[in-house]
Amino acid sequence: MSEITPDLVRHLAGLARILVSEEEVEQFTKQLGLIADSVATVGKAIDADTPATSHPIPMANVFREDVVEPSLSQAEALSGAPDSYDGRFKVNAILDEE
Amino acid sequence: MSELIRKSASELAELLRNKEVSSVEVTKAHLERSDTVDGAVHSYLYQSPEAALIAAAEIDRQRAAGDSMHALAGVPIAVKDNLATTDAPTTAGSKILEGWVPPYDATVVKKLRAAGMPILGKTNLDEFAMGSSTEFSAYGPSRNPWDLERIPGGSGGGSSSVVASFQAPLAIGSDTGGSIRFPAAVTGTVGTKPTYGAVSRYGVIALASSLDQVGPVARNVLDTALLQDVIAGHDKHDSTSLPESLGSMADAARKLDVKGMRIGVIKQLTGEGFQKGVSARFQESLNLLQAAGAEIVEVSCPSFEYAIAAYYLILPAEASSNLAKYDSVRFGLRVEPGENATIERVMAATREAGFGPEVKRRIILGTYALSSGSYDKFYGAALKVRTLIQRDFAEAFSKADVLVSPTAPTTAFKFGDKVDDPLAMYLNDIATIPANLAGIPGMSLPNGLAEEDGLPVGIQLLAPAREDARLYQVGGFLEQAHEQVWGKRMIDFAPELEVR
Repeated sequence: MSEITPDLVRHLAGLARILVSEEEVEQFTKQLGLIADSVATVGKAIDADTPATSHPIPMANVFREDVVEPSLSQAEALSGAPDSYDGRFKVNAILDEE
Repeated sequence: MSELIRKSASELAELLRNKEVSSVEVTKAHLERSDTVDGAVHSYLYQSPEAALIAAAEIDRQRAAGDSMHALAGVPIAVKDNLATTDAPTTAGSKILEGWVPPYDATVVKKLRAAGMPILGKTNLDEFAMGSSTEFSAYGPSRNPWDLERIPGGSGGGSSSVVASFQAPLAIGSDTGGSIRFPAAVTGTVGTKPTYGAVSRYGVIALASSLDQVGPVARNVLDTALLQDVIAGHDKHDSTSLPESLGSMADAARKLDVKGMRIGVIKQLTGEGFQKGVSARFQESLNLLQAAGAEIVEVSCPSFEYAIAAYYLILPAEASSNLAKYDSVRFGLRVEPGENATIERVMAATREAGFGPEVKRRIILGTYALSSGSYDKFYGAALKVRTLIQRDFAEAFSKADVLVSPTAPTTAFKFGDKVDDPLAMYLNDIATIPANLAGIPGMSLPNGLAEEDGLPVGIQLLAPAREDARLYQVGGFLEQAHEQVWGKRMIDFAPELEVR
C-alpha cells in the first residue's frame, strides 16, 4: 500500500518549490504511488552488508594546477538573467512584509 | 533530392578531401533536405543555416589554402539541444529555458567547431532528456521517419530522426538510461553511449550527473566511430573525465573480424517480454556471429531485475538536485505571481509554469527519495543495487568479451500509447539502463525489421568500462555481415518521406 498521500505530494512539491494545482496533486498522488510501490522493490535485493556505489567509475581527489584563466565577464554571466541591477542579479524580496 | 544527403560521413569526408565537392555544397544539400522534410519530421528545435554556411565556407577556404584538416572537416552535424552553444538558443526541450543563449560552448561543441564541422542546428528531446519518445518535449514531438505516426525514441528522438531522415549525416546525443541507444534502435540508425567519463559533460545540461554521457549518432558504425574519436578525450573542466585515451574507435570499426571473441547473451534480457520479431532478429545475429568464429556463451545478471527500480530512484534524486538551478534568478523564465511576491513564491510560480508534467513528477519523486525517513529505504538502497549490478557485469565479463541483447523490447510505438502511463514508458529502457548504472559503454545498431510490423529492430552491444573499441569491432563486423544478407543498408528499406 502506497505511502503517497495528497498532503505528502503538496509537501514535497513545496520543498521542491513547485506550485501544483489540485488537479496535479490528484494525478501525481496516483502516479507517484504506483511508482513508489514499484521502486520500493530495491529493498528486496540488498542486505545490510552490501556496499553503496554512488559513482560508476571510481575517482578520488581530482586536482589540477590552480592557475588563473580567462572566464566569463560580468556582462556574460548576467546575459541570461531575467533581471539585473548594477552588475548583479536582481530578485524579489526574500521576506514577506508581515 | 541531392544524392549527397544519402552519403555517409566517411564518404563525404573522402569527397571533400579529394576536392570533388565543397563543404558549402554538402551543407546546402542538407539544409535543403530539412526545408522539405522537417515540417513533417520535426527533428530540429532550431536551425542555424547562416552560421553553418559561414563555417562551411571557412573550411573550404582553409582546404583550398592547403591547411592540414581534421578527418571529418567540412562534414555537417546536428547537436542535441541540451548542449550549450553560444550561437544558438539552448532549451533542453523546456519552456523554462526558452530563448536562452548560453555564454559559453560545451566542450563537445568546441571540439566539433575545432574539427571544422558546420553545426546545422539543435535537435529536439524530451524535456531535460526525461522520456523515451520526445512526447515530453515542450515544443512538440519529433516523428519517426519510418512511420510518422510513431515515436522516434527518446530522449534523443531529434538526433535519431535527423540522421534517419537524411537531414544530417551525424548528430550528437546524450544517454542517461538509453537516450542514444533506444532512439537508434527504433529508427534503424547507430548510436553509442561511451564509457562514463570518455566524453566531457562540461556544458551539457545535467539530468543525472552520475549517469549522463554524451555520445555519437550516425547511420553506420564507422561514422559513429569517427565521431566518437572527435568528441572523446580528457577535459579539465569535467572532474569525472577519464585522464587516459581509449584509442581509435575508427580503427576498431575497420577490423571486421570477430573470430575467437566470446559473445555473452544476457539471459535476463531475452525471451518473455520481448516482441517476436525483436527476438527472431536477435537470434539471427547470434548465428552470424557464431558462423564468423565467435563463441556464444550465456551469462546471467540476476540483479538486473532491480535495475529499473534503482534507476528511477537515483535519476530523480540527482535530477531534483540538478534542476534546482532553474530558480528564475540567473537564467531562463521568471513568472511574477502578482504584486510584491517574495522570491520563494516567484520560484514556485516559475517552476510551475516552466516545467512539464514528467519533469515535475521526477523532481517530486526525487525529493521524496532523498527526504529524511525515506533516504535509506529508497536512495540508499538504490545505491546498493548499483553495486550488485556492477558485480553482475564483472562476473559476466569474466566469461565474455562483449555482451549482447536486444536494445529494446519492442519496435517504435505509436504516439499516445504510453504517455499517461509512466511505468509502461519506463519499461522501454529495461535493456539499456544497466549500462548507465555501471558506467560501461553500449551501442545500438540496426538488426533488421520485425516481420509483424515492418519496423526497425536494434541489437545492443555492451563492453567493459574503457573497452569501447570492442563495440566498434563487433558492430562493424555485424553491420557488414547484415548488409551481405540484406543486399543493402537497412536504412535503404525506409520508405521515402513525402516531401513538401
